[in-house]
Amino acid sequence: MQRKMKMVRIYIMGKEYRVPEGLTIMKAMEYAGYRYIRGAGCRAGFCGACATVYRKEGDYKLYADLACQTTVEDGMYLVQLPFTPANKAIYDLEKIKADDKTLVNFYPEIARCVSCNTCTKACPQELDVMDYIQASLRGDIAKAAELSFDCIQCGLCALRCPAEIVHYHVAQLARRLYGKYLAPKAKHLEKRVKEIEEGKFDAELKKMMKKSIEELRKMYNARDIEPEEEMPTESD
Amino acid sequence: MYPKEMEKSIRKVEATREERLHKLPERMSEKERQEVLQKWHPDYKPEAKRKLKIGVSKGSIVPHEVADLIEAYPLIKPEEIDLSQVDYDVDVLIIGGGGAGTAAALFAYYNGIKPENILIATKLRHGDANTMMAQGGIQAADKENDSPIIHYLDVIGGGHFANKPELVAKLVMDAPSIIKWHEELGIMYDKKEDGEMITIHGGGTSRKRMHSAKDYTGMEIMRVLRDEARNIGIPVLEFSPAIELLQDDDGKVAGALLYNLETEQYYVAKAKATILATGGFGRLHIQGFPTTNHYGATFDGAVMAYRLGARLRDMDSVQYHPTGVAYPEQIVGLLVTEKVRSLGAQPVNADGEQFVHPLEARDVEAAALIRECYGRKKGVVTPTGMQGIWLDSPMIDIIHGEGTIEKRLGAMFRMFNRFGIDMREEPILVFPTLHYQNGGIEIDAEARVLGKNNVIQGLFAAGEVEGGVHGKNRLMGNSLLDTQVFGKIAGINSAKYAKKAKIGKLSLKHVNRYIEELRKAKIKEERKAPIIFPDYRGEQVLSRAIDIL
Repeated sequence: MQRKMKMVRIYIMGKEYRVPEGLTIMKAMEYAGYRYIRGAGCRAGFCGACATVYRKEGDYKLYADLACQTTVEDGMYLVQLPFTPANKAIYDLEKIKADDKTLVNFYPEIARCVSCNTCTKACPQELDVMDYIQASLRGDIAKAAELSFDCIQCGLCALRCPAEIVHYHVAQLARRLYGKYLAPKAKHLEKRVKEIEEGKFDAELKKMMKKSIEELRKMYNARDIEPEEEMPTESD
Repeated sequence: MYPKEMEKSIRKVEATREERLHKLPERMSEKERQEVLQKWHPDYKPEAKRKLKIGVSKGSIVPHEVADLIEAYPLIKPEEIDLSQVDYDVDVLIIGGGGAGTAAALFAYYNGIKPENILIATKLRHGDANTMMAQGGIQAADKENDSPIIHYLDVIGGGHFANKPELVAKLVMDAPSIIKWHEELGIMYDKKEDGEMITIHGGGTSRKRMHSAKDYTGMEIMRVLRDEARNIGIPVLEFSPAIELLQDDDGKVAGALLYNLETEQYYVAKAKATILATGGFGRLHIQGFPTTNHYGATFDGAVMAYRLGARLRDMDSVQYHPTGVAYPEQIVGLLVTEKVRSLGAQPVNADGEQFVHPLEARDVEAAALIRECYGRKKGVVTPTGMQGIWLDSPMIDIIHGEGTIEKRLGAMFRMFNRFGIDMREEPILVFPTLHYQNGGIEIDAEARVLGKNNVIQGLFAAGEVEGGVHGKNRLMGNSLLDTQVFGKIAGINSAKYAKKAKIGKLSLKHVNRYIEELRKAKIKEERKAPIIFPDYRGEQVLSRAIDIL
């Protein structure tokens, strides 16, 4: 079976291996004999553990991608990045304010951004990284939170930045400030928490817990189900 | 970009779309549910399981892959380990750096344990866990038409009435306060302009109580909890899984033996209280299924706890998520969140016909998909010979308006788009995939691990490693909730316990006892556990590998 597969050449840290075409970089490296300790996490594009940089033969560009979400190509020279050194600001979210200076106070280096857009080009999530750094600099926390929401914190932006900004940490602070201070609070949630604390459901829950499987089964099969149709909402 | 044969089938899906927009198949009756499960769900194949030969839960029926690890020898020889030199001496040791472990660490801190007296030891990086990958959402009964009682009934019914009632009670009653805590930490849940949570259905829910943060819900929770743990200064030892638990001379759990994967040395981590938050077993590939799970999900915690006398429960049931990717090959088995169906995408067969309600409980939905492919032969065949069912994703934007997929299913859209499939325009192909360990080590409502007839002193568990919360089938949105609720409870109770506990001399006697038991049962010394990672190296390499360094 394996012999029939069409093979491609890849260079893992400069060493040539032949691997079946169509594999992801991650699976190709395993096929070649690597067993990951670092460099593999969720294997599905959510954790940012497998940041990889590569060049292709005859192409000057340096590419950046996730090993688990990128298919190998013939003539790919690649290396995975095991770690990104990056300093995170330490803060007590309860004690800081969400004003237009907060982000730049914690991460003054964002003022060094030269708008070169290298971070955006390096982002495997294709986020507008430079735009959220610019928004952070302007103090637009909501914009920075929104634009950075899909960030998987792989660190590729920070490694490529000539201004030595640690974009993903800036974004983390922006999102937490937004979530805590700028997003409207869920009033129904507060109400329910209070009802539970006051013991509103205690007696009924106790009764439920004592019910036999037969009684529960009956209730379950007869339970009413909120209609499926979800009204389109304007705000999301 | 699909191959031609698949494109032909897509034309049929498109042809029935308009009609399908206005009707849904009936939900199954209980009898129909039982029938499809019995005949088509992988759990109901007796040949895929066997009885455990040793230990507290001897005689319980579990998948072979699980039994293989329970009936395996330890990685260490206890007599070769020097326990007199303690490398870490803490109040609370947390094994596992995912959602449950991190929540536990934060609540231990809130309850008076100083950060430097907490240690999180984890196999990969802090946050590398299934929590990070949970897309669809987290359940909490916080709307006017809902209540914890209704949530309770959904959980118990979904779990086939096998759940442990006191655990379900904790799960549903604590859910709203967990969401509130998250809100205070700055987690960005999807909300309407007035702050109302946008909530939708999941399979088996009777109310719309699925809270989400786009389709990155788990990632958003995980990265915020991790950020908070870092702000507080809770120490984390990465790439250092536990390979055995430790006891003291009167049998209390007293920490763990950790293993530095990079230097290959062990560390003795002594602790007054120990929390297992090691997650589940997806990477055991039960019955050869592909999995949605992260790289380190190898059942380690349960293996270690079992050697110490922890009871297992509901390990006969495995959750296969109805919708794993079936095409393209590069991402086969990865999760297509249930939210895709919650938002209106219907499963349809190769002829574009509906055959099941999109939101049956997961086991029923999965069994129905398998039946459609292998029983009724109406699956779509991929170029590698895999079978799949269409999930008619373009319906989502038709129902909710253009842009919905990109906005609310950004992760899904991105994943398929990377491989040349635009799920706004064309349906996506799915097949059930190994998703969740429904059972696990048994705990009580205080998150204490239970032995044969008693509480195992000093040992707590939270998240996928423990069983009983979900019975025989977990509903969408209750696993993230489980990690948070039981992480919180384990954190609080471990802090209380640690304040009083006194640890005696460290010991690995229980490991010796287990080895004796293995030998008595005539189990050959050919398997070792925990396995830490699966081995995906190519066969040609493995056949020529030698171990000389």
